[in-house]
Amino acid sequence: MKGLLSRIRVSLALTGVLLVALCGIYPLAVYWVGQFLFPFQANGSLVRSSDGTVLGSALLGQNFRGPQYFHPRPSAAGAAGYDATASGGRNLGPTSKGLVDAVSRSGADYRKENLLSPDQRIPADAVTASASGLDPHISIANALLQLPRVARERKKSHEELLQILARYTSKPWLGLFGDPVVNVAMVNWALDGKLGGR
Amino acid sequence: MTTSFWLTVGLFFVLLALVSWALALYLRAVLDPNGKTWLDPVLRPLERWTYRLCGVDPRKEENWKGYLASLLVFNLVGLLLTYLILRIQQWLPLNPKGFGPLSPDLAFNTAVSFATNTNWQNYAGESTVSYFSQMVGLASHNFTSAATGIAIAAAFLRALARTRAKTIGNFWVDLVRITYYLLLPLAFGMAIVLVSQGVPQNFAPYSRAQLVEPVSTTGGDGKERRIEVQEIVQGPIASQEAIKQLGTNGGGYTNANSAHPFENPTPLSNLLEILAVLCIPGALAVYLGLAVGRRSHGWAVWGVMAILLLGGILVCWHAEAEGNPLLVELGLSPSEGNREGKESRFGILDSALFAVTTTATSCGAVNSLHDSYMPLGGLIPLFNMELGEVVFGGVGSGLYGMLVFVVLGVFLFGLMIGRTPEYLGKKIGASEVKMAALSILALTLSILGLSAWAIASPWGLAGIANAGPHGLSEVLYAFSSTTGNNGSAFAGLSGNTPWYNTTLGIAMLAGRYLMLVPVLGLAGLLAAQKTVAASQAAFPVSGGLFIVLLLATVFIVGALNFFPVLALGPILEHFLLHAGQTF
Repeated sequence: MKGLLSRIRVSLALTGVLLVALCGIYPLAVYWVGQFLFPFQANGSLVRSSDGTVLGSALLGQNFRGPQYFHPRPSAAGAAGYDATASGGRNLGPTSKGLVDAVSRSGADYRKENLLSPDQRIPADAVTASASGLDPHISIANALLQLPRVARERKKSHEELLQILARYTSKPWLGLFGDPVVNVAMVNWALDGKLGGR
Repeated sequence: MTTSFWLTVGLFFVLLALVSWALALYLRAVLDPNGKTWLDPVLRPLERWTYRLCGVDPRKEENWKGYLASLLVFNLVGLLLTYLILRIQQWLPLNPKGFGPLSPDLAFNTAVSFATNTNWQNYAGESTVSYFSQMVGLASHNFTSAATGIAIAAAFLRALARTRAKTIGNFWVDLVRITYYLLLPLAFGMAIVLVSQGVPQNFAPYSRAQLVEPVSTTGGDGKERRIEVQEIVQGPIASQEAIKQLGTNGGGYTNANSAHPFENPTPLSNLLEILAVLCIPGALAVYLGLAVGRRSHGWAVWGVMAILLLGGILVCWHAEAEGNPLLVELGLSPSEGNREGKESRFGILDSALFAVTTTATSCGAVNSLHDSYMPLGGLIPLFNMELGEVVFGGVGSGLYGMLVFVVLGVFLFGLMIGRTPEYLGKKIGASEVKMAALSILALTLSILGLSAWAIASPWGLAGIANAGPHGLSEVLYAFSSTTGNNGSAFAGLSGNTPWYNTTLGIAMLAGRYLMLVPVLGLAGLLAAQKTVAASQAAFPVSGGLFIVLLLATVFIVGALNFFPVLALGPILEHFLLHAGQTF
């Protein structure tokens, strides 16, 4: 019994000491060093327009729907999609009717918007939902299929758009890890001429 | 495609081997109470001060029962404290949104979940728990539950290395040294690198972004709402992200976990998060060789883990890269694989790599939705957890889990070929094998027993989201994940009901403590034995033969226990899918 009491006493004291170190000092130390070395990233990679209003984060997608924009992937985050306080995916299994229906609907829309022929294969990322619902990227193939529509709407040459797409394309790390992707949000803000100040 | 696959995977394993080796050398100093590290000038005074303040005599070692008692009391105190905080958070500070108390069953489930290194999350973080509950009630367990696991592994290895010893170490010293010298510095370095990649670390309120193109949506009440602002999550994400991976905890800051661009922004951060999960379990396997004076044995165990990991990666990647034939039929490009529930910056391989790693270890963080994996792609995470989380496994728990299989394997094959069942000069007799078998049977019973109850009861069936065999997989996944102290989910399952909260809580407790108690008992038995010099008749513990036999033991036990139910879940779904069946 004496052993038990002393173990309880040590446990309580040690829990207290560790709380201060692990829940106080540790996150604060990361905060100070992170803010000092990487202030842009540590504050959410916020992108601002020239007048200083926050457009969004360079890491998070937004739900661009107009024909003059490149469109992101379907999103299950929040009722309208791309709700950054309700991240998440559809959680539909591979044999789920709901999944087949949703993909079939998105596929029909995608063909219509981009005037694709019925035998044109659709890039898988264009009609499937991401895990976070906040995926800011699309595949290169997806961007290239949307390019003629955006060029038409904005009366811009394909070359000009290709240059902007290239500027916001990330390549795999070391050529091995990850897929090459285009950041849709950044491309759209650039197209609107919003990217002035950071 | 295949060339880049092998290059990527090859580089990944080379990195893992290097990290395991470097960290194993460091572990040798950390796990020796008198070990010297280059952090001593800063941490030694802090360590001494902690002992003085808490009344710990660092020179006093305990036998296995004393060690276990300290561990259980410490865990219980932490568990009760968290339960209390969650129940009275409405009266505590740092609750700006005024969240009320958690229900008793949810508070029980959550407290158990974090204390057992599981981090199963039945609550929605953003809308249920206050900042205070997050920071004080939950975050501290990320360190202490990890340190607890490593401490047990350290004690077990001492028992193996000692001869006719009564004591196996001092739990308080192990706990403090592992936290201060190993987890804190690693987590700090990792967190800073994560910030450089874009993971936020601040205490600012959520940011509000003006949408360029506002959208309209119809709410549940039928009214149309116009959304003009995107609210952007902020907070101390990097510091939690780092220890969540390193401690094989897995509890995310956001609902989407490591799929969220703020938790895992780039392919580089993704690779780091995968390596962070594996580095301590990998180092412990190599350290096993150092601790018992036979390096080749440590690397042989590491090799078995690596082979099982590689096998999982191959199957999972292949299933996902093939894509979903039902969707290809709708006109999708077949070359891109199954993209549902995956982030485009990671693609198929980096998602599969993360999924296999997070379930082979007991981490449970996810960078893609396992519920949306192809049947055979989702089978691998499930099977990984059912093997008992021994493929690198949880920090500490992976190694002692694997050593249970080693003891069992040495015994089985020793008897088969008529050699003395002995392991590192210790006789493996009836008592030792009983302890080993007990820990394996407890896990199996928890997974299969509770899953069976779930599918036979209305409470269990109520939570299933996907129909058909996929529904069975969801239930099986939940109890495998909680019993294995993993914490990942087929997230379609609605687990926040009194029945699931309670049964999943029981599974987590069983998976942790019904494993840990026999293991420490086994340690006590082994420590007390005299070590005899290795004889010619002894079974080899390194080399190809040992690797094959250990692989066979792990695989056969796992397959015998779980093949029947896996056949009814993912395997059946695979065949129905290819027959064009939907649910």
